[in-house]
Amino acid sequence: MLSIKNLKAEIEGKEILKGIDLEVKAGEVHAIMGPNGSGKSTLSSVLAGREEYEVTEGEVTFNGKNILDLAPEVRAREGLFLAFQYPVEIPGVSNINFLKTALNEIRTYNGQEPMEAKDFLALIKEKQKLVELDGKLANRSVNEGFSGGEKKRNEIFQMAILNPKLAILDETDSGLDIDALKIVANGVNQLKSKDNATIVITHYQRLLDYIVPDFVHILYQGRIVKSGGKELALELEAKGYDEIKKQFETV
Amino acid sequence: MNIIDQKISTTQFVSEQLNKYAEKVNFTPDTALIEALHYLEEKGIPNNKHEDYKYCNIEGILKKEFKGIDNKYTAISAASANKYKVVEDCINVFIINGKFSAELSDVSKLPKGLTITAIAGAEKSLLVKHVSQYAAANTDAFIALNTAYGGNGVAVHVEEGNSIKEAIHIINLVSAEGNVFSNVRNLVVAEKNTSLSLIETFETIDLSGKYFTNHLTEVILEEQAIMDSYRIQNECDQAYQVNTTQVHQHKNSNYTTNTYTFNGALVRNNLNVVIDGQQAEAHLNGLFIAKGQQLVDNHTLVDHQQPNCNSNELYKGIITGKATAVFNGKIYVRKDAQKTNAYQSSKNILLSDDGTINTKPQLEIYADDVKCSHGTSTGKIDEEAMFYLKSRGIGEENAKRLLMHAFAGEVVEKVKIESLKNYLEELITVNLK
Repeated sequence: MLSIKNLKAEIEGKEILKGIDLEVKAGEVHAIMGPNGSGKSTLSSVLAGREEYEVTEGEVTFNGKNILDLAPEVRAREGLFLAFQYPVEIPGVSNINFLKTALNEIRTYNGQEPMEAKDFLALIKEKQKLVELDGKLANRSVNEGFSGGEKKRNEIFQMAILNPKLAILDETDSGLDIDALKIVANGVNQLKSKDNATIVITHYQRLLDYIVPDFVHILYQGRIVKSGGKELALELEAKGYDEIKKQFETV
Repeated sequence: MNIIDQKISTTQFVSEQLNKYAEKVNFTPDTALIEALHYLEEKGIPNNKHEDYKYCNIEGILKKEFKGIDNKYTAISAASANKYKVVEDCINVFIINGKFSAELSDVSKLPKGLTITAIAGAEKSLLVKHVSQYAAANTDAFIALNTAYGGNGVAVHVEEGNSIKEAIHIINLVSAEGNVFSNVRNLVVAEKNTSLSLIETFETIDLSGKYFTNHLTEVILEEQAIMDSYRIQNECDQAYQVNTTQVHQHKNSNYTTNTYTFNGALVRNNLNVVIDGQQAEAHLNGLFIAKGQQLVDNHTLVDHQQPNCNSNELYKGIITGKATAVFNGKIYVRKDAQKTNAYQSSKNILLSDDGTINTKPQLEIYADDVKCSHGTSTGKIDEEAMFYLKSRGIGEENAKRLLMHAFAGEVVEKVKIESLKNYLEELITVNLK
């Protein structure tokens, strides 16, 4: 589904990603872990198409298409979804109107008719339950005045509505208490299927107790320095990042 | 010819043309008429040397764009006029080519306590009491021009103790060949314990030349009068408009006005609100979308003359293309106006590199126990929000539209008339394309 080969990217002339290789297949859950500054958020930003980052080398194919040449909205319509670490507040744009516009643009791109208002409302209602999002929040402006936990739940709610092929959760656990974490993880797990895939980007192992990965990769200094099964996350939790740093540090 | 002579010559030319075409009216008091002519002779139509018209060189525009004025207006059929009845359940009043049209207006069966007539046909005592008592001809060239050559607009009169449920919708339409210039004068009097809603729209039907309209409306709110008003300016790109609204508020009155400017080559609004009674409130809101070569200039003045009053002002602008916009908001708090609360905010988004916005708050406070604030911001579109929307599959155009609608929304959600709100939403959508 997703194939990243020797991906190098920089921002303002500073190289952050120094050659990433990653293969993600349908039905898989991958976790990418790493200390602060290792390039985790850069990777998700580059995949989603943030313009500030310049890709200097390598390729990323998603369902056989080179996505690095595609605009962010086209990547989304192809089925890529990024759950933001810091969801943006957009006063004056209602959550519902926002999602309806997004869903219908995705549907049009994929040759489907826009969804009928009645069906859309039914979909909203159904998916709201999944992340226990208050109906009132769905009607409010996008993320405006939402608590940290509500914002993260709203990200998963959007994911549920847009039904992407590949979801990248960027530090979705940051700022969540344990109850909110469980709700978010539960939402993600229920959306999992054999046809879609998830990349969980996280600093801590905690989230992986609830969203169990098939593969764990350790990102350090812009490279994936170690890959393994879910036990790698536990090992990392026990030993901390210092060991990794010692082992792989390049000057 | 030096600059002053040039200016006078433009004023003289315009005055001569107006003198030739203007309908002679009998409601202007002689003293005001003399003051007006005197002001025009002495000061003339302002150019950009005039502090209040710094970005709005009307003398220059008139000289360049209105070399000939022959006032050849063309007829407007009822069928084409009726298309502009966009507000449901309201009283439609037409001002056609600068003149009140009794024929097209729904004024035969008005609710109790409400009179709507041509201003020249209003009750003599009403005219004597109010005309030129608030808009002083010796303060501004356009007030002077209108006072000297003012045409037959409309008079709206709500008698004491009446609440008018239906909104009054004054529809200004123009159709002309060649260049035309007219002065439209209106009067709105809301007596004690009354309420009314007034909508004014400005549209062009058909035009082969250019037209200039100089509107002047005096609004009087007596004790406990409540007025909710809207101005929707959507003329063609060969239309030039100066619109002066002079409001006089007595105690416990409440004035709300919303100015929406979408189209027109030049739109200059002079909105002056004098609060001359205690416990009165004034709310001034505005939204403009300036694009192409448009010049949109909003000048507002809130003059707090009495204690214990509130005023609140919010103007929002979207500027694109090579458009120029101006917001100048003056607030006076006079020595006696203790316990005044006066707030003002101007927020703008510049969508293009060639657009310009000049914004200037001006607070002059002579009382010491007051709460006043002002804020102004001008920014570009929020890139973080744009990326967020795009990351969900929304394309550039729709993302921009959603964000601009949201920005404008704050001013539109204040609209209390549902069908008007829908009409405005449509206009915003069309004008953001």
